[in-house]
Amino acid sequence: MEDAAAVAKARAGDREAFRLLVERHSHVLFRLAYRMTGNEHDAEDVVQEAFIKAYRSLDRFEERSEVGSWLFRIASNCAFDLLRSRQRRERLVDGREPEEDAFARTPSTDPDPERLAASADVRRKVDVALARMSARERSAFVLRHFEGRSLDEIGHALGMDVNATKQSILRAVRKVRQVLAPVVESGAAS
Amino acid sequence: MNHVSDDELVFLHYGDGPSPESAEHVEGCAECRTRLRALGDELGAALAPSAPPRPADYGAQVWARLEPRLPAEPARARVLRPFGRRPWRKLTGLAALAAALVVAFLLGQRFPAPSPPISAEVRERILLVAVGNHLERSQMILVELANAPTDVPLDVSAERASADVLVSANRLYRQTALRSGETALAAVLEELERVLIEVAAGPEHLSPADLGELQRRIEARGLLFKIRVVGSQVREREKAPPPSAARAS
Repeated sequence: MEDAAAVAKARAGDREAFRLLVERHSHVLFRLAYRMTGNEHDAEDVVQEAFIKAYRSLDRFEERSEVGSWLFRIASNCAFDLLRSRQRRERLVDGREPEEDAFARTPSTDPDPERLAASADVRRKVDVALARMSARERSAFVLRHFEGRSLDEIGHALGMDVNATKQSILRAVRKVRQVLAPVVESGAAS
Repeated sequence: MNHVSDDELVFLHYGDGPSPESAEHVEGCAECRTRLRALGDELGAALAPSAPPRPADYGAQVWARLEPRLPAEPARARVLRPFGRRPWRKLTGLAALAAALVVAFLLGQRFPAPSPPISAEVRERILLVAVGNHLERSQMILVELANAPTDVPLDVSAERASADVLVSANRLYRQTALRSGETALAAVLEELERVLIEVAAGPEHLSPADLGELQRRIEARGLLFKIRVVGSQVREREKAPPPSAARAS
């Protein structure tokens, strides 16, 4: 059964049709959710929440749209919400600002070229950069850089206009460059 | 004009509407081209975090946890829809970028350039940057598939989704390359397209046998090698001073 047909049946109350969609799209949504949240359990929660939201908004699915893109947008939005609430919690618990304090606390780049040249270390650096980002920056960056989504799509998914989306991506890119520039330079020099 | 800002370079890198002035400046400025390449190298190193693998029946597991939480009935369709709702756009970022570049490239060949004008050289440079990035992204997917262990089933859902996006862009680049007489580039893009289609249309989980077969096909065609060669040629052409600059000096 095609996705669009499954949506139509699910909208009419056919839970088996919705099950089909869940089974078909869970892997991709988990991958996206993990990239956005950086946490396996959070990613699982996002997948669940996204499907519940999708089920509740089946009537709002545009028939001209692609089901995968629709679910992708819902999951992006859920992950964004989760990131924001997680950072709000962190602020309440220890009063720190995720965007600034986490940035200051994260260790600076290690100058050892051999160690930094390893791809595992590069990945760790990327994780560091992602951890330094605000929810908005991280979501926009993941969707633009890792997922290749357009500015319009990102803005639509995260509820931002194009300018805000661009600014979020720029701030995120600065943080990525700050941690990766020494790694890439040392790799190029060696 | 002053050198292009880092922010403008980021827009140029992602193809998110750099101003014609910026694009033109980068074209003629060795320093800015070097900065753009450095940016590309740094961002190119930022690969997506690897998600922990999920079992083949993950979807069924999600459903088992989800079903008790679902309301008895989904929301019913409303007769009226709010105004201003936009349909989810099908084009992903890469495809949109490809389309914009190709359309700009072709329009530039057919119609007088708008003001401020972008020269054919600048258009070609932008196209080269986009093709270079496209080849890098494609190469990343192929490397992951080519090096994956073949003793267990492999979840390729992310690669499949990426390949799906890249196919559209690849088609446009290939057609543009053909129109521009870039036959060698077009030939490699055609081979790449076949593999991308195969991945995009394939299952989300590859059995060891299927993965082994795919790896053999990638290897037999020497596709990774060809992509690296063409990619480096494209990058060299990017680095080379533009003919106009060479004429001026």
